[in-house]
Amino acid sequence: MPDATGLELLAQELGEAALETVYFREQATIVIDPAEVRAVLRSLREAGYSFLASVHGVDYYPEEPRLGVVYELLDMSRVDRIAVKLRVGMDSPEVDSVTAEWPTADHQEREVFDMFGVVFRDHPDLRRILMPEDYEGHPQRRDFPVGGEPVIFTRDAAEWLEARE
Amino acid sequence: MSPTENPPLSAYRRREQSITLSPLEDPHDGAPGETSDELLTLNFGPHHPATHGVLRLLVTLQGEVVRDIKPIIGYVHTGIEKTAEDKAYWKVIPVVERMDYLSYYFNAMAFCGAVEKLVEVEVPKRGQYLRVIHLELNRIASHLIWLGTSALDLGAVSIFLYCLREREQILDLFEMSSGQRMHTRYFQVGGVIEDIPAGFASKLREFLKVMPERADEYGAILNSNEIVLQRLRGTCPLDAATLLGLGVSGPLLRAAGNPWDLRKADPYCSYEDFDFKIPVGTVGDNYDRFAVRLAEIYESVKIIEQALDGLPEGPHITEDRKVALPPRHELATSMEALIHHFKLVTEGFRVPPGEVYNAIESPRGELGCFVRSDGSSKPARVHMRDPSFVNLQALSHMARGNYIADMVATVAMLDPILGGIDR
Amino acid sequence: MKREKLGSAVDPATLRVRTLNAHQLLRGGELEGANQPAHLEGEELDRYVQERVLTTTLDSAVAWARSNSFFPLAFGLACCAMEQFQTAGPRMDIARFGFEAFRASPRQADLIILAGRVSIKMAPIIRRLYDQMLEPKWAISMGACCSSMGVFNNYALVPADKFMPIDVHVPGCPPRPEALMHGVLKLRKLVQDDPDLGLRERYGAVGTEERP
Repeated sequence: MPDATGLELLAQELGEAALETVYFREQATIVIDPAEVRAVLRSLREAGYSFLASVHGVDYYPEEPRLGVVYELLDMSRVDRIAVKLRVGMDSPEVDSVTAEWPTADHQEREVFDMFGVVFRDHPDLRRILMPEDYEGHPQRRDFPVGGEPVIFTRDAAEWLEARE
Repeated sequence: MSPTENPPLSAYRRREQSITLSPLEDPHDGAPGETSDELLTLNFGPHHPATHGVLRLLVTLQGEVVRDIKPIIGYVHTGIEKTAEDKAYWKVIPVVERMDYLSYYFNAMAFCGAVEKLVEVEVPKRGQYLRVIHLELNRIASHLIWLGTSALDLGAVSIFLYCLREREQILDLFEMSSGQRMHTRYFQVGGVIEDIPAGFASKLREFLKVMPERADEYGAILNSNEIVLQRLRGTCPLDAATLLGLGVSGPLLRAAGNPWDLRKADPYCSYEDFDFKIPVGTVGDNYDRFAVRLAEIYESVKIIEQALDGLPEGPHITEDRKVALPPRHELATSMEALIHHFKLVTEGFRVPPGEVYNAIESPRGELGCFVRSDGSSKPARVHMRDPSFVNLQALSHMARGNYIADMVATVAMLDPILGGIDR
Repeated sequence: MKREKLGSAVDPATLRVRTLNAHQLLRGGELEGANQPAHLEGEELDRYVQERVLTTTLDSAVAWARSNSFFPLAFGLACCAMEQFQTAGPRMDIARFGFEAFRASPRQADLIILAGRVSIKMAPIIRRLYDQMLEPKWAISMGACCSSMGVFNNYALVPADKFMPIDVHVPGCPPRPEALMHGVLKLRKLVQDDPDLGLRERYGAVGTEERP
């Protein structure tokens, strides 16, 4: 991980796009403006962070803006990790897709779309990946219920069958 | 019309809709095989004889040559990450273990490592060494099942039974240390739940004596088998640069020549104390992937031997009573121990708010765990970055332009675990 | 081609005598030779006959044959599939009982062992597989996830009882090979003794066989 000063320098280089930096438990995170995601990742790639390890979503309910997307980058030559975070609100959950430059983001962005509802512009094939294609709702949002079935025991089986009819 | 309701048709779908049956043309001079431009879409349904879980592939073929593969996943989606938000940190461990169901210790390790970073608790040396022993045993077990099922796909059925025999010995060892064969809940936040019993070390040493000889046998059987060699050598190679762009890590990347291994590059859990090599391939074809994994078994045996020889004395879990349960005998004498036990079991420990990403090297690549905590006793978000999920994207690149039989071998060498892919 | 005689242990003459004695006994007449059980009456006579003649109904014979030759469908979903492999492995050898022929095609199988968690995307496919199997067919639900929701009681899973009739539930997470074996042997006993427990009617699955 870049240490705290390295992180500040990196954020300064990114200029307007970097909104905030967080250095927590020796891990560096830069919070950026959602419109600049492609430019930021490009400049981080030039800085050496060439491996996109993970793209995942977080739901920050009840804080606004609610939906966050985190990009975990890794610099293999210096063994450095940095996380790039962006937050979008529920009114316009759209982010530019980085799949064209980082092919690994393909399935991972589809998963963020499936689970949180963040739409990635210019994604080659944005469909649900884990849930059935016609599923309604985005399961990993915090206000989506966990769900589940009541367990059918043998002694309750008769009532359960009656209730079904 | 928002994009969520009517997502745009992918190029594949558009092509599928535009296929028309063209009359067979005369084969042009001297060229055997392809006589028409007809594309056939074949569905390798979720249920198929290849024992790699419920993976569905839509394969577009021209003759016998694969032109495109679209994997469709989600048939074992269990909502593990959502379930984990509903449980205390301690209870998340068994839920998260069942994700990548062949490398259960690794799932638990990634999660426990992330929580340990958040809580800032230190794992004692003995706990770390015990963790390494179990992790490497799990790596050997995972590679054995990979070898067995891959050989089964290629037609070598007896290797499957041999590998299962070795795996039984490893599962016996797991049962000795934790009481369960799979999904043992042995790793806890702060260390391991129990120390190893008497007799574990000697049984482990017997196994370590036997395992390299058995691995030699498997190598000898497969390496001198003409059919296996023809099916694996030179088929579906992919270079390291493309793999890095696709986010692939683990034995697939090492087979292509890039020696990236988190155990050496960014050591965690005392891996820096051990002396082992990283097997690296040259060409990146199926044979290299097979050879790299087979060689990793020997390296894991070396690591376990060193860990067992150098196993230090001391506690096996952190002494911090706010995070780890106190030993049972203290509950009879100490009031604080009783209160800690009660709080830990009913509510669980609270974790200061923050986000952490912890990555380890699982048998399939980089296994990362992202934990976001909001200060309460339940995590606010747990995301497991599963290596198979990302590695699967490389399948279409690997198999494009090759025969369909090579595609089957490639799926085997890719080592996908659908539990990890679908979570 | 060489025909062997019936072995030196049995003298053809003695064998002929025994056969004649049995015929005479069944007709209720006098016997010749050394064995003269004609004086046996009642219970002793019953026992004498039972030791020598096997009677059964056609149903029982067929049920016995079916129960000892399950062809399981090679169908593993998740972690339980690993323990299913171990059951087919060298230590807990399912081939001892004759069930090692795991078929890939549902048309050729008569036992489906649901090994692992059933997600909502997979449930209709499993149902289709089950419908494609030919009668008589049985289902074992292996593990806690498909029997009752298991560790994960959430939006993504379905208990197997909701969409197909299950004959035997094997608990465990994952069940040990011994436990799965116990479940399979229980199913074997069920098929031998009482093949029709009315489970189809109970779960509303009458008419699930595929019509031509």
